[in-house]
Amino acid sequence: MSTLCERILQGAAGEYVDRKVDCAYVHDGTGVLTLEAWKSMGAKRIQDAAHLHVFFDHIVPANNSTTADLQHEIRDFACGSFFQFSDIGGGICHQLMSEGVVLPNDIVVGADSHSCTLGAFGAFATGVGATDMAAIWMTGETWFRVPESTAIHLSGTFMGAAEAKDLALTYVCRFGMDGASYQSLEFIGEGAAVLPMDDRLTICNLAVETGAKAGMFYADHITVQYLAAAGHTVQMQEPEPCRYIREIDFDLTDIVPVIAVPPRVDTVKPVSDLTGLPIDQVFLGTCTNGRYSDLARFARVVKGRKVAVRTIVVPASRAVLDTAIRTGVLMDLVEAGCSIGVPGCGPCLGAHMGVLGEGEVCLSTANRNFRNRMGVGGEIYLSSVATAAASALEGEITEPEVS
Amino acid sequence: MRGKGRAVCIGADIDTDLVIAGRYLRTKDHSVWVAHVFEDLDPSLASRLNGAVVVAGKNFGCGSSREQAAIAIREAGVIAVVAPSFARIFFRNAINVGLPLIECDIPCSEGSPVTFDLTEGWVEAEKKKYPSLPLSAKMQEILAAGGLVNYRRNH
Repeated sequence: MSTLCERILQGAAGEYVDRKVDCAYVHDGTGVLTLEAWKSMGAKRIQDAAHLHVFFDHIVPANNSTTADLQHEIRDFACGSFFQFSDIGGGICHQLMSEGVVLPNDIVVGADSHSCTLGAFGAFATGVGATDMAAIWMTGETWFRVPESTAIHLSGTFMGAAEAKDLALTYVCRFGMDGASYQSLEFIGEGAAVLPMDDRLTICNLAVETGAKAGMFYADHITVQYLAAAGHTVQMQEPEPCRYIREIDFDLTDIVPVIAVPPRVDTVKPVSDLTGLPIDQVFLGTCTNGRYSDLARFARVVKGRKVAVRTIVVPASRAVLDTAIRTGVLMDLVEAGCSIGVPGCGPCLGAHMGVLGEGEVCLSTANRNFRNRMGVGGEIYLSSVATAAASALEGEITEPEVS
Repeated sequence: MRGKGRAVCIGADIDTDLVIAGRYLRTKDHSVWVAHVFEDLDPSLASRLNGAVVVAGKNFGCGSSREQAAIAIREAGVIAVVAPSFARIFFRNAINVGLPLIECDIPCSEGSPVTFDLTEGWVEAEKKKYPSLPLSAKMQEILAAGGLVNYRRNH
């Protein structure tokens, strides 16, 4: 009897296994070093390029000629080697992999720490660095230590203005930044079964902030339905009795809107403790909260009003942007005074487009608030979409209203 | 595999943004990373790393998967990093670029000698020997080859 990740990796917790990966991806940031390492390995050809993806999302469009030159090199290589390639404007790697690429039971490896997002599909998905990825380009496989698993039993449903991000920050706080190191987090129970895919993606996205190797949901009728819309017929995964090293319960009814206070993702306080704190910028987007449902939720709050601080909205993908245009959500955001960016990671990693100045405060829907991450001397508070929207209107941290 | 260096002490939960900030990543020039390594943690640190054994608190290398963090530390001349625990992506990255990591909780006194043996699995600091967690067989092979690039070249 196995945990979900034991089943997918076909090994017992603690065992080292070599496994073929079903899909692997890099972005413009990690692609540079991957290509360098791959060349140094003396590799002549790419192993199975049909399952290898290159996404330009980290600094898009290029911010200067150095970046442009690096991107030029990877673009040429990716196209010349028949990778699945997504150029600027396509969107964030994890998001694009979630739009009908990753399937239940897949072994997915991304050269980005938030690759754990894709465990939402009942896949084993984890992040690696560039050299590991180069070896995957060369051989099509990599080694894993099969992780021990912690079960997170969810019950109830979100009440009031609470949303998936509030649960995510709440569990990161409960574990701490290394509380689930090397483990897989498996989200189970009746509360998990009713969560839409977007919520599951947000919840799995923050698994790495506890040190976890993966965050996973079992594929169920919601997964099957979601993937059917993308043209895939997949089977549900039935949980079986298994050994977890730890079991934790969350009643979603008890989750309240929270904020992670800089510079740690695990320093989490109720929004009510921070109301009135002045902010300089709001950022809505990223692999955590840049999906259509997030933009729509934000727009519902700000529609017909004006934001009081500069507000940057970056859709997670072209499909998200497309839907937001067609439904009028984008117009609501623009009319409320939001600035819209090119689909991608936006200012999350502080490389361009929304960098903070000394002493400035950003309320962000992203997943990291490390010191200086979005700019030297800037501070990042992390919140849900509803809290970000309510706060954008007031120019200070504000409790979201029940919608 | 034995090594020795001067202790440089740093705190717990050091994330890879603090090792090398996002603003320095868009280059292939390793000297840029060496020049700015740990800049946002302590700008004076970079100049003390050559020949050092970095002794960190728990969960070293958490956050972003950026391999530039491990490369910057290695190329700054660090002999090894000792910490009670490492974030897993950083752990793989470091071994892959040939930077020895030692999982061990030891006291740190700035500048004092730290000796270690990866094969035998111990670290000596402040005249006391501590057992360290051994690397997996595969990781030892990769490290002995000088990193995954060389390992793959030879296999």
